[in-house]
Amino acid sequence: MESTTILNNVEDRHIEELDTVTIRFAGDSGDGMQLTGTQFTNTSAVIGNDISTLPDFPAEIRAPAGSLPGVSGFQLNFSSQDIRTPGDQPNVLVAMNPAALKVNLADLESGGILIVNTDAFNEANLKKAGYQSNPLDDGNLLQSYRVFKIPISTANRAALREEVNIPMKEIDRCKNFWALGLMYWLYDRPMAPTLTWIESRFKKTPEVAKANATALRAGFAYAEAAEIFTTHYRVKRAVIAPGKYRKITGNEATALGCVAASQLAGRPLLYASYPITPASDILHELSSRRNFGVKTIQAEDEIAAVCAAIGASFAGNLGVTGTSGPGLALKAEAIGLAVMTELPLVVIDVQRGGPSTGLPTKTEQADLLQAMFGRNGECPVAIVAPATPGDCFHMAIEAFRIATRHMLPVIYLSDGYLANGAEPWRLPEISELPEFKVTLRTEAKGVFHPYERDPDTLARPWAVPGAIDLEHRIGGIEKQDITGNVSYEPENHMHMVLTRAEKVALIAEDIPDLEVFGESSGRVLVVGWGSTFGSITSAVELMRERGMAVSSVHLRYLNPFPKNLGDIIGRFDRVLVPELNLGQLAMLLRARFLVPAVSYPKVKGKPFKISELIAKIEEIYED
Amino acid sequence: MSIHVTGNGGNGAEAPVKLTKKDFTSDQEVRWCPGCGDYAILAQVQKVMPELGLKRENIVFVSGIGCSSRFPYYMNTYGFHSIHGRAPAVATGIKAANPELSVWVITGDGDALSIGGNHLIHAIRRNLDINIILFNNRIYGLTKGQYSPTSEFGKKTKSTPFGVIDYPLNPLSIALAAEATFVARSVDTHVAHLQMVVERAMRHKGVSFVEVYQNCNIFNDGAFDMFTGRGVKDDRMIQIEHGKPLVFGKGHDRGIRIKDMHLEAVQLGSGLSESDLIVHNEKSPDSYLAYMLARMEYPDYPVPIGVFRDVEKPTYENLLEEQIKSAIEKMGAGSLEKLINSGDTWVIK
Ligand SMILES: Cc1ncc(C[n+]2csc(CCOP(=O)(O)OP(=O)(O)O)c2C)c(N)n1
Ligand code: SF4
Ligand SMILES: [Mg+2]
Repeated sequence: MESTTILNNVEDRHIEELDTVTIRFAGDSGDGMQLTGTQFTNTSAVIGNDISTLPDFPAEIRAPAGSLPGVSGFQLNFSSQDIRTPGDQPNVLVAMNPAALKVNLADLESGGILIVNTDAFNEANLKKAGYQSNPLDDGNLLQSYRVFKIPISTANRAALREEVNIPMKEIDRCKNFWALGLMYWLYDRPMAPTLTWIESRFKKTPEVAKANATALRAGFAYAEAAEIFTTHYRVKRAVIAPGKYRKITGNEATALGCVAASQLAGRPLLYASYPITPASDILHELSSRRNFGVKTIQAEDEIAAVCAAIGASFAGNLGVTGTSGPGLALKAEAIGLAVMTELPLVVIDVQRGGPSTGLPTKTEQADLLQAMFGRNGECPVAIVAPATPGDCFHMAIEAFRIATRHMLPVIYLSDGYLANGAEPWRLPEISELPEFKVTLRTEAKGVFHPYERDPDTLARPWAVPGAIDLEHRIGGIEKQDITGNVSYEPENHMHMVLTRAEKVALIAEDIPDLEVFGESSGRVLVVGWGSTFGSITSAVELMRERGMAVSSVHLRYLNPFPKNLGDIIGRFDRVLVPELNLGQLAMLLRARFLVPAVSYPKVKGKPFKISELIAKIEEIYED
Repeated sequence: MSIHVTGNGGNGAEAPVKLTKKDFTSDQEVRWCPGCGDYAILAQVQKVMPELGLKRENIVFVSGIGCSSRFPYYMNTYGFHSIHGRAPAVATGIKAANPELSVWVITGDGDALSIGGNHLIHAIRRNLDINIILFNNRIYGLTKGQYSPTSEFGKKTKSTPFGVIDYPLNPLSIALAAEATFVARSVDTHVAHLQMVVERAMRHKGVSFVEVYQNCNIFNDGAFDMFTGRGVKDDRMIQIEHGKPLVFGKGHDRGIRIKDMHLEAVQLGSGLSESDLIVHNEKSPDSYLAYMLARMEYPDYPVPIGVFRDVEKPTYENLLEEQIKSAIEKMGAGSLEKLINSGDTWVIK
């Protein structure tokens, strides 16, 4: 390799310190961009940066190579500061082919770094991407960005051909590691974590392991040796609360929360699900937890999945089902059954772009009203929504705690952005986890009445088959209160409808008050829920630094609302509700508190940018 | 692999004191129409339950929606009256959660074969140790008389004033195609036979599918009289029994043989004897014979009742328990602390 000869020059090169960098890796679906991005993220996390990621991949598994729909991207933000979002705009774009350039260039900040694999800019690929001429020859491009044209495929082949004994096709597949190596040098990251990963991942194919490791080192050496980069960059470790950390995605944290809930409650977990993007990873994760006694059922459809979960709850397990919006629609009738039979049930909805099949791999928050109202009859359920990937762990436990304590279904609204996005997660000590004990009724104490009620929560007892003298029958037909016998009596029906509503309302006594971010009164209150937490909080923080009277609250409990929400809203002149839907929370707030809440909708399959929110807040601030 | 070999209910289910029919009768007033075949089935099930030696608290009846699906309310056991068509899915969750329970699914022809067809197939395919009893009255009773997936072609009902133009399903064919390990049929009015079939279904370890011809005297009265009627049943029905030749007829003078890959109803005597007939084998590992028998219909053939198939196969819930056991053996019982701390971690001081 040529690297050694020129090494001396390296010291002359300038190292520049940066606070925050946003990189987007983009390439063909087959180029391994998700892997590259994940590796860069893991390494950055391990060396102490704060991180936030946004994978963005096509719904097609193998769209035609080189085509626009086949472009897969992975954006990550890493910083020496506390960050909450994957970054509004990439500072760096790595484009592995013309299609990736075409799809992503508009997002790159002006003057940003553009690294392209020139080998992929051949006539066929240019045509597939719809370029009339090679954009790399375009003077404008060179003026607007700092462009680095690198023959990545050629350089990768040159580095590997002599070193490893694998077919050329396999060698070419290593080029993402070559590009990763280059980026590691450019941003001053160690190669060791990735080298360790490669070794364990390709344990069974040592030659492939060697090839990938060689490619990584070669890319690094190339960047170091070739004089195309005059500067490289350093992003110092962030000042993060002390503790032990790991990187976690929302789906991983959700699954972990389910297991934790089962352990805390001392009840076995049964997860029944039908595969659907972006929820399937929860099924995958939980199905490997058999040693925790976790039972998973891949059901024949979403209806069967929720019904199996309800059956499991009836039998005394923590019954949980997971899906995305289309599946939640199918589960509606059965959720009503769980409302009627007053059984604990957790329904996870990892929301995606809708309606219908919609945008399976893109994020959206448009199932809130479906969760709230999407069933026949007066059919209230509790709704919770995690705010960050790590918060998924906590809110999953909360979902089970509420479901079992109050004996009703809880819908847990995650979304594609949380599901696949990652952040550093401070590992909780077991002792920090909320304690929740579940008690099954085991004795009749006279005649057993399945619908007798706890005076505090109005919950009915959880009595499960196997318990002597507690035999009882439940079902979807209206129940007489207390006895649980079938009843068509008019007064009883009204009483039961009100009771079921009251049960949900009483959960408000059992959840924490909202904390206001910023002053507790002022000009504008931004109210958000779910995955928009990061961008909203960052936007509000920036505006506060500019001295503006802006605060925010973030709802993780959506039904019922925290008790102090109305109070807080009343202390601001304006209420702004940014949501990745057409104003669903805004509608609920207006109806509930009679406030002229301003909706700020976005439905593009993408999260809010901080800059978008700032612009909107400024606008209503002045109004 | 160590698979339990006892029937439903597992080891813990044996009752010390013998219960009676009354112990299985709930305090709820039965609300079927007077004369409905459902009464007879309820009575036989209540009568058989004590014979099975199960503890009441370990029994769960699950149903969908329909007249038949009211059944659980009348059993003094645990019961779950779920939603239309979904009882097999609810039962799957119950049995998977607690394999010790004796789980029964009560369903109708519309419930099981129309709205719940998919769940029926998959519950059977998984071979959970549950007992599915399908009350086939060839009509939608509860919704007041529309045709069902088992209604005869051409039949006039409320929703088919010009006659049914979709072809009926044979429930046994569906069960066999889904690889049911136990398949049987009986008739509401054949008290002893029905008891025998219910008892055998319960004793079978694995999924049991039982079709019961049930008379809906309001919307489809006498649907089965053509062959179940007192005077005609011996000639128009055949009771199939394991290891015995397929003989029927008042004088035991007729039988079923196989010819050119087809079944044929023949008259014995005149050169044909019992040795020319098919000997029923419910234990056959393949289900071809069971399938052929299940396809026999009046008037071309006598209508068969009895056990068509009874074979062993590991059950879903036991396989699931086995996976848990072996995972714990291999990895140790799960530690939440270890799980939280797994993966690449780093420490910030
Ligand atoms: C989702 C839904 N769709 C329709 C109905 C109305 N419905 C109730 S029972 C039934 C048919 C019942 O027929 P079957 O299963 O044969 O039971 P039977 O009453 O004959 O015993 C229908 C269509 C319902 N309850 N739920
Ligand atoms: S309608 Fe028919 S099936 Fe329903 S209860 Fe009456 S007789 Fe029985
Ligand atoms: Mg019917």
